[in-house]
Amino acid sequence: MAIAESQIPTWFPFKSAIQGAGDFLLFYARFVREVFKRPFEWKEFLVQCYKMGNKSLPLVLITAFIMGLVLTLQTRPSLVNFGAEALLPGMVSVSVIKEIGPVITAIICAGKIGSRIGAELGSMRVTEQIDAMEVSAINPFRYLVVTRVLAATCVLPVLVVFADTISIFSSYLAYNIHGEMSLTSYFNAALSKLDWIDIIPSLIKSILFGTAIGIVGCYKGFCVDGGTASVGTAANSSVVTASLAIFFIDLITVQITDIL
Amino acid sequence: MEHEAVVRIKGLSKTFRECQILKNVDLEIHKAENVVVLGKSGSGKSTLIRCMVGLTEPDEGEICIFGKDMAEIKYDELNEVRTRIGFLFQSGALYDSMTVYENLAFPLRHHKKEMSKEKLDELIHEVLDNVSLPDAGSMMPAELSGGMSKRIGLARTLILRPEIMLYDEPTTGLDTATAKEISQLILDMQRKYKISSLIITHDITCAKMTADRILMLKEGTIVAEGTYDDMEKNEDGWIKSFFA
Repeated sequence: MAIAESQIPTWFPFKSAIQGAGDFLLFYARFVREVFKRPFEWKEFLVQCYKMGNKSLPLVLITAFIMGLVLTLQTRPSLVNFGAEALLPGMVSVSVIKEIGPVITAIICAGKIGSRIGAELGSMRVTEQIDAMEVSAINPFRYLVVTRVLAATCVLPVLVVFADTISIFSSYLAYNIHGEMSLTSYFNAALSKLDWIDIIPSLIKSILFGTAIGIVGCYKGFCVDGGTASVGTAANSSVVTASLAIFFIDLITVQITDIL
Repeated sequence: MEHEAVVRIKGLSKTFRECQILKNVDLEIHKAENVVVLGKSGSGKSTLIRCMVGLTEPDEGEICIFGKDMAEIKYDELNEVRTRIGFLFQSGALYDSMTVYENLAFPLRHHKKEMSKEKLDELIHEVLDNVSLPDAGSMMPAELSGGMSKRIGLARTLILRPEIMLYDEPTTGLDTATAKEISQLILDMQRKYKISSLIITHDITCAKMTADRILMLKEGTIVAEGTYDDMEKNEDGWIKSFFA
């Protein structure tokens, strides 16, 4: 799996970065190969979906609630000054659904899901549980990696939908501190500013974020080499790398959406 | 038939970061035979059995198990061979997110999909009885002692009825009494199921109890071979240090 050290000369600049990127690409290629092979581990996939979704949901909802509240309270005075208070629901919904909702949810999940996967697989590696699976003729890549990456990919868009909804709801509550509008009218005003071209790319982005969190966590954990200290490093590195990946994916998808 | 070689290793060598761990190792294991590889820590014992099951890729040499060259066969075929081999890890390597029952059911659910729930329960109870832990099914691995973990690890490998068992230091980290119990268990299982075994150890009591044949591994090379009595009578100072 790993690129042999001898393949890149020692004097070469960024040797370890190139080696790391090469190993990651090989890992990703193996994931793509294994994902289509049968039998698929449905039970483990559903368990992972439940664990990832259930354990991340409270944190995602609290953050999304605060996000909607703060966004509304901070932008309201400026909009009032321009006499554009009526645009507030639309502005909040567009900001939340197109950008803030998916990115903040993904960052939270990078911490919550990414670190859990990195630590879990890392500890399984150092305690020889992955080797035990391998010698029992059970493909650990298919059982551990494929299920976790797909679960993260499926769960993240669902969490984003929850986060977006709760953000708009908290925005409604913040709006009603000074103004007065019914919940139905607020949601109607918020959603009227949205088009499918806003919602679909955001969902696609969430799917990509989920895949990035899953694959980075699995790569860092699965490829742990060394003792228990490296498990902590793997968990930490999963969060940092997945967070960076989220911003890069965001940058690229925004450019693509812009062209479309 | 009893003398048929189930494992044949020729010229096995392995180097890690310019340090040669195994040097031209030759080894044969016959049907229903217990072979002990005795050597000090770092002599390459664990690398030898890791190479045998494809966890470590050898640099040179040939490993034939059940007549199949492990380097030549594809992943699916390798897995078929692996289902006929049991591997007991030093730590037991139990899946810590599963109960003992689930640990034992895990390989069966993957390899014996057609097996009914009743038959699965029956098999699990049988192997738990074999390792003298009939009531451990609901326990988590974290609740088990070192000796119990090894027993459950052994039960998990035996549940697939392997024809070859590889033991990686089965008595390391155990008190003398528990180590003897584990050694006796290895012997009982070999007699009951006619399993061929390769036992990697530096525990001389374990070697004495279990070995039909002993191979002495020194710095990656097999330096002597024979029965326990042959080794005990050997005049070589290094070999004597084990039997002193």
